[in-house]
Amino acid sequence: MENILEVKDLNISFHTFAGEVKAIRGVNFELKKGETLAIVGESGSGKSVTTKAIMKLLPPGNSEIKQGEILFDGKDLTKLTDRQMQKIRGKDISMIFQDPMTSLNPTMTVGKQIMEPLIKHQDMSKSAARERALQLLKLVGIPKPELRIKQYPHQFSGGMRQRVVIAIALACNPKVLIADEPTTALDVTIQAQILELMKDLQNKIDTSIIFITHDLGVVANVADRVAVMYGGKIVEIGTVDEVFYNPQHPYTWGLISSMPSLDAKEEELYAIPGTPPNLLNPPKGDAFAPRNEYAMQIDLEEQPPMFKVSDTHYAATWLLHPDAPKVEPPAAVKSRMRKFMGAK
Amino acid sequence: MENREKLLEIKNLKQYFNMGQPNEVRAIDGISFDIFKGETLGLVGESGCGKSTTGRTIIRLYEATDGEVLYKGENVHGKKNKKDLKKFNRSMQMIFQDPYASLNPRMKVSDVIAEGIDIHGLAKSNKDRMEMVYELLETVGLNREHANRYPHEFSGGQRQRIGIARALAVQPEFIIADEPISALDVSIQAQVVNLMKKLQREKGLTYLFIAHDLSMVKYISDRIGVMYFGKLVELAPAEDLYNNPLHPYTQSLLSAIPLPDPESERTRRRKTYDPNVHQYADGEEVKMREVSPGHYVYCSEKELKQYQQQYVK
Repeated sequence: MENILEVKDLNISFHTFAGEVKAIRGVNFELKKGETLAIVGESGSGKSVTTKAIMKLLPPGNSEIKQGEILFDGKDLTKLTDRQMQKIRGKDISMIFQDPMTSLNPTMTVGKQIMEPLIKHQDMSKSAARERALQLLKLVGIPKPELRIKQYPHQFSGGMRQRVVIAIALACNPKVLIADEPTTALDVTIQAQILELMKDLQNKIDTSIIFITHDLGVVANVADRVAVMYGGKIVEIGTVDEVFYNPQHPYTWGLISSMPSLDAKEEELYAIPGTPPNLLNPPKGDAFAPRNEYAMQIDLEEQPPMFKVSDTHYAATWLLHPDAPKVEPPAAVKSRMRKFMGAK
Repeated sequence: MENREKLLEIKNLKQYFNMGQPNEVRAIDGISFDIFKGETLGLVGESGCGKSTTGRTIIRLYEATDGEVLYKGENVHGKKNKKDLKKFNRSMQMIFQDPYASLNPRMKVSDVIAEGIDIHGLAKSNKDRMEMVYELLETVGLNREHANRYPHEFSGGQRQRIGIARALAVQPEFIIADEPISALDVSIQAQVVNLMKKLQREKGLTYLFIAHDLSMVKYISDRIGVMYFGKLVELAPAEDLYNNPLHPYTQSLLSAIPLPDPESERTRRRKTYDPNVHQYADGEEVKMREVSPGHYVYCSEKELKQYQQQYVK
């Protein structure tokens, strides 16, 4: 499949009073046409920073792209000026933010906010843009669009507002849609509706989606491929089945085992000990090593490269090195692996 | 189960905001349930269903509009003198959702934790007071050096531990935990839940655990109540609720949870809840009825029969 977006060796730092925070430390991935790539990881792992870099939305004063490129349509987005980027943002690449309560302008009608990108990017006349806005509202499942188009955000519920945000993001049929925790602020039943809507729309207009979340249930629902981030790096990437049923990195093991399953009753939940690393002084070796019960001496000394598991599946852990000892993954992971082997 | 000691009885509790005005909100509209000593009762529902208001009304952060909350047979609400109020405040504590907002940023951790100790005069001397703080910090998995720091120096999970230490400081019997883990990262959630379970085993605590993350609720709770628009629609032992959800709202809620399993996600069928399915006739009595021992559903006489048949299957 054709790559629509490629991120190559991206390094981003923030300059703070305390010193340089190395938020992203060599991130590589590509996004294929029409697929959904989920990025998971805990707060501070760098998932939002990565997508903000793609959108060129990093704060200009204290952030710096140290190295790397973001290729979209053959252009390196990191080299573009603000003005050039404005032509792409909202048109070819658009974004859905986490909190629908704050990402809409409270002083503008919903209709005006949907028409804005259409008039700006596609030179539509006001009346044509209005027609299209009505279509979009219908597309995202908002009843009575003729009435709703004249209303203000406060007259919408949370789920309905997120639909409006999606309508704005989809207005110009973007090639890439970045959704940063789009359902975290919503209730489960509303979340299910929004996820169904996004999948449905993806089929209709064939967009590629980068979906950021920390909810593994949501990942299993929407993703084609999954990238797991930890400490500013991607530690494991693969298809959704590979990451869920044949995970290789101890951090992925920890994430999967710490979720209570609905069918079994465990006595104690597995908890990853410790806290995420401080990227002000990133550790010399593997950032996960201090919390990793499988850590070896080399984990403390040298960062593991990406080891290949299959053509689509890579993981950065020394355990995959041919010389590494065989280890037993946690029970919850082993039962998943058995399922994976059985399916093959 | 019936012979277990009731710690808390909630009888026909109502909480209306803006009473008598056009914008009256019936946040809790007549709910009744008991909480037994030593158990964890989970309360789930969507935002705005009244689950947090229920917790806050039980602990008297809100005055109830109508109904009773009996703690060991004594009414929580109503006029009380200072002494009774203090006694009651000591036995019931709360852990809040957002550990970033629930700790005073200008107070040292030791003072945050010891505030209850001071108010109730539990420490004999200053040394005694600090000993208690140190012990509490160690109980929740922090160490004594943390006592002299300020809340901003801690991560979310550590702050929630401080919130738990504060709640434990006055040796309560009953703790209301209002979404204690929803602001935390997945890897930290498990740490906090394990800590809460450990404390329950060691100290015989009783919890009311309010949340919208249903998989965590099932894990920690003995019984679960499901709320919908200010009403309790189903109350059952945790396993039973998941295996035999009877009320259509419970079914729709359970079918909406995405599971971390791509295989089952591909085949999942979501149910939607339409409140019109009930078609209650005028004058029909709709209330909590027991379908099987310990499993209550909010329904009419006619629905009860239907649910009982469903349950047998």
